[in-house]
Amino acid sequence: MSRMPTTADAFNAVAEPRRRQILDLLAERERPVNEIVGLTGLGQPQVSKHLRVLREVGAVRAREQGRQRLYRVDGEALRPVFDWVSRYQHLWEERFERLDDVLEDLKKDGGDDDER
Amino acid sequence: MSDEKRAKLTLPAEDQILITREFDAPRNLVYKAWTTPELVARWWTARRGTAKGMEIDLRVGGRWRYAMEMPDGQEVAFHGEYREIVANERIVSTEVFEGAPLPPEELEPNATVNTITFAEGEGGRTVVTMLIQCPSPEVREAILASGMEDGLQDALDLLEEVAREISHPR
Repeated sequence: MSRMPTTADAFNAVAEPRRRQILDLLAERERPVNEIVGLTGLGQPQVSKHLRVLREVGAVRAREQGRQRLYRVDGEALRPVFDWVSRYQHLWEERFERLDDVLEDLKKDGGDDDER
Repeated sequence: MSDEKRAKLTLPAEDQILITREFDAPRNLVYKAWTTPELVARWWTARRGTAKGMEIDLRVGGRWRYAMEMPDGQEVAFHGEYREIVANERIVSTEVFEGAPLPPEELEPNATVNTITFAEGEGGRTVVTMLIQCPSPEVREAILASGMEDGLQDALDLLEEVAREISHPR
């Protein structure tokens, strides 16, 4: 690898819906190109192109097995993406946990004890 | 916290954020907790700061402003205007982060438009959906990347979990 992939690279790589679809498939298990072609309905050149982009940012790794090349997701390389999304998600989750408590209090106040 | 109660965050388009969460309370109570200043003060700050005043003028064209004081004394505030209100069902409002690193005249044009939907779920539960429509992909990035360092360690723990799931799917 000539240079370290940047966070922006990882974001760009997963910004493409088809590449996210491929990542989803590879997150299930290791797969060869032709399997991805079959599952996505994309042409082999397109799949290969997407895989190349994903490999360049380290999001996908490949290994040779016999005549086949198998691809898998590298969760570690996608950390910046999760970090980015999960911080904001976590803020909301913290709010919602508190909102749960507020709602419990409101229910106890008898504001809504009618049968539904 | 059970998995089904955890907030789900997805990115439906490059300029959108969608958050969904189920609550074990009827819709009118969730709506009340969402629109009553004293109640919002109890949850909106999360564990990050102290509520400094929640202003809610709940009518179309009315303004809202939420402010909290962070542990370092800094104020973090958001404001916006209500565009649509259907009691117990739907609120559409704009949202501006007052601390965004932008010239003052660019704050309002960079407002997001948030659509909050309160839907009846099963067994008297309520599903809240928040669609945050950003004016550009850049604004969405800024929102998602927004600091909130206090929660960073918790977020890193969560991140570990997500990363593990991805590397070792069930």
